[in-house]
Amino acid sequence: MSAPVLVVEGLSARIAGQQVVEDVSFEVPARGVTALLGRNGVGKTSTIRAVLGLIERRGLVELAGERIDALPTHRIVQRGVGYVPEDREVFGGLTVAENLRLAERGSDATGRELVRELFPDLVERQAQSAGSLSGGQQQMVSIARALINRNAVLLVDEPTKGLAPLIVKDVADALARAAEAVPILLVEQNLQVVRQLAETVVVLESGRVVHRGPAAELLDDPDATTRLLGVHAEPGAEEGER
Amino acid sequence: MTDAPAPARRAGWIRITRAGWFPLALAVVFGAVAAVLPLLAIEIPGVLPGPTYLPGTLQLLALCLIFAALALSYHLLFGTAGMLSFGHALYFALGAYGLGVLLQRTDLGLVPAIAIAVAIATGIALALGAVSLRVAGISFAMVTLAFAQAGSVLVRRNAWLTGGEEGLRLDTRNVPEFLIGVLNTRNVYWVALVVLLAVFLVVVWFERSRAGHVAVASRENELRVRVLGLRPFTVKLLTFVIASALAALTGTIYFVLQSGATPRATSADFTLTLLVIVVLGGVGSRWGAVVGAFVYTLLDQRLTAFAASDAVAGLPDALRIPLSEPLFILGTLFILVVLFLPGGIAGTVRRASSGRRVTRAARERLEEAE
Amino acid sequence: MSTIVLLLVTGLGLGALYFLVASGLSLIYGLMGVLNFAHGSFLTLGAFAGFELARRLGGDSWPALIASLVLGSAVGALAAALTELLLIRRLYERHIEQVLVTVGLSLATVALFEGIWGTDPIYVSAPAWFGQTTELLGARIPNDRFVLIGVAALVLLGIVAFLRFTRYGLIIRAGVENRPMVTALGIDVRRAFTVVFAIGGAAAGLGGVLASHYFGYVSAQLGGSLLIFAFIVTVIGGLGSLSGAAIASVVVAVLQQFANFYWGVGDLVVVLLLAGVLLLRPAGILGKKVHA
Repeated sequence: MSAPVLVVEGLSARIAGQQVVEDVSFEVPARGVTALLGRNGVGKTSTIRAVLGLIERRGLVELAGERIDALPTHRIVQRGVGYVPEDREVFGGLTVAENLRLAERGSDATGRELVRELFPDLVERQAQSAGSLSGGQQQMVSIARALINRNAVLLVDEPTKGLAPLIVKDVADALARAAEAVPILLVEQNLQVVRQLAETVVVLESGRVVHRGPAAELLDDPDATTRLLGVHAEPGAEEGER
Repeated sequence: MTDAPAPARRAGWIRITRAGWFPLALAVVFGAVAAVLPLLAIEIPGVLPGPTYLPGTLQLLALCLIFAALALSYHLLFGTAGMLSFGHALYFALGAYGLGVLLQRTDLGLVPAIAIAVAIATGIALALGAVSLRVAGISFAMVTLAFAQAGSVLVRRNAWLTGGEEGLRLDTRNVPEFLIGVLNTRNVYWVALVVLLAVFLVVVWFERSRAGHVAVASRENELRVRVLGLRPFTVKLLTFVIASALAALTGTIYFVLQSGATPRATSADFTLTLLVIVVLGGVGSRWGAVVGAFVYTLLDQRLTAFAASDAVAGLPDALRIPLSEPLFILGTLFILVVLFLPGGIAGTVRRASSGRRVTRAARERLEEAE
Repeated sequence: MSTIVLLLVTGLGLGALYFLVASGLSLIYGLMGVLNFAHGSFLTLGAFAGFELARRLGGDSWPALIASLVLGSAVGALAAALTELLLIRRLYERHIEQVLVTVGLSLATVALFEGIWGTDPIYVSAPAWFGQTTELLGARIPNDRFVLIGVAALVLLGIVAFLRFTRYGLIIRAGVENRPMVTALGIDVRRAFTVVFAIGGAAAGLGGVLASHYFGYVSAQLGGSLLIFAFIVTVIGGLGSLSGAAIASVVVAVLQQFANFYWGVGDLVVVLLLAGVLLLRPAGILGKKVHA
């Protein structure tokens, strides 16, 4: 197996003086999708934001063998870390085309081609302001902003949050296509989507890693799912508080 | 339970004050020393213009005391509750001009006139504060600035009432004999000292009250206060009104000391001066505000004397022009303090005595004040 | 009728001045969260630079006026860019301290201007055409009003075009909306900071030269007095909104003119308007959510 693309070791982060991530360590393999799981508010989004330097953090982060934990956010991204934030965060006042133009670093024909192929909708709506799009379309813009560049890894935060089931499938398919070319670290609540995309899972609890392993193994074990993720694998399963 | 988080957060501050009575003891010592100054002949060349028993020196020291009291009231607003106001001078001016107009137009005695002037200012603070606190942060700063500016315009325009650009003189008909005239400067000085100590006590009392803890908590985390079921708005408004009332009280004494007031006391520059004093002394520190007021007032006076001196007049233009403008030097000094001495004088003293940790706390406090 | 037209056009002229100051304030605040108290000094410096140049070129000719406008905006831009690079940048993300530094800068520079040019207003001369009037719908309107309105309109168009058609403009528009996300797209936003400061400074410097002709004099206090109204305009228009600033500039200035003419209370009406807007719409006419 090849070296991991992203190594996180002893990562801690604070928001307004409050510890939100504590001593988290995990790796993202150079291929496929790694899912970062855990109950709500457990620090998944904060972990991703800490890796990007969007919040104050300590610890080691390596991208393809080079340390990036001291770099400012824009330099980290320039080194090939694509980011699809929670809640999409498209620029509502900008058009779809402008959103993409802003994100594009250099001109990568394959990136553009991939976006055009995955999201034909966006090509049609490129002159429309992103704020006037539906939630699903905004999510496509957000993903497209990451795919348009050649990246070493993508950090994708809750891409299906608040989307209609049909759109969820589109987003998952798009991510599956993207994963053929670039490894992805995925935060996702929808276990169906995790099952479809992820090979490996990392589970956080109160800001720490409590489980690591193949995705299928965890998802096929209802007890573990309930215990670690606080979701009922089957209706009627008992609440698994620790 | 509700206010438990606040003291915990202020651990650094608590540690310095240690026992609750420590600041009060310090205040007693300060008050005692300051109280006997007019009876002594202490000379500090370069700092004071003459020995401490002379009216000229006492006048300057009384001004220091008044600005210290005013800075303390501003500290309550900015340092404690994190409200950056650019209109605090308005309430100071309301006190000064309110007293002046009442003494001139009515037969009220000094004390009732002061009480009414402060009451009027408090009422206006309540109304304007309620509107200004509709917004927070920088918008709040701008809105308070706008209101103060309107006050300034009113004072300048309505010369029939306020004397306009000429300023308003103290009408001494109903002012007690012992507060009038150059020879009685030391009595006014003592009154100013009493006012400073009174303002200090109110500030300490407020900061220790439940409302004060909530004010600090809402500066740090408005959401948490809301979760606790308290309305930050009410507490902020209360802080705003108390700080304004204290400023008005200070303004009335200022009016007596200076035997009048000019529109400069209403200007935005005057509020900015206060901001400079508080930041110079150290945001969030009561003693910082007091020390800052002394340093600023004395420096301003000395620099003005220096600017008019022959030594400066003989310099080439490139040096003479900047040196002959006290505000240029003070402004530059202020910039340097903000850039290189976070925590101001108080922060530097604390850093010297207890290592680097406190600086960070001071900087965080400044940040959180936003 | 003619009075109304005169007040309207004069108000528009004053609004143009407000806009030249407020546009920069609003852009700087929108992108960086900095309330720039030194903005008035950029204006004053531009005005003095323009005045000095025009004086050396012989005062009241058209080329001298145009040269002074160009120099005024260049000096304003330079001063603003230096302020950002030397002072603001050191305090990255520490908004209160950034405001404090601009407060100190404004105090120091106004004092310096007084030291250099004195405390009294200095009267400026302009091409004769400036002082003449043109008849419009029965009202005799001083010509400088038209120049003001024209220049402000050009500046508005220029800034809008810059924002719309350049890469920096794109970054600035996105940054006003959501700055962290711009950095998360691999863009160093800080370079855009210098650009907005320079643009704001240029507009202010240009406004300074025009203000000296509108009021007929230049003084160290020129910028400070306009700045307060520009603050009010930016709050009413909505912090960070350029079009909000444009609309509010016109509304505030026209209202001020009318209230001044009929009741002599223009400044108070403006403050009342501010209070009213805050009560009804705390975020301003076109503002985003209230910045807490």
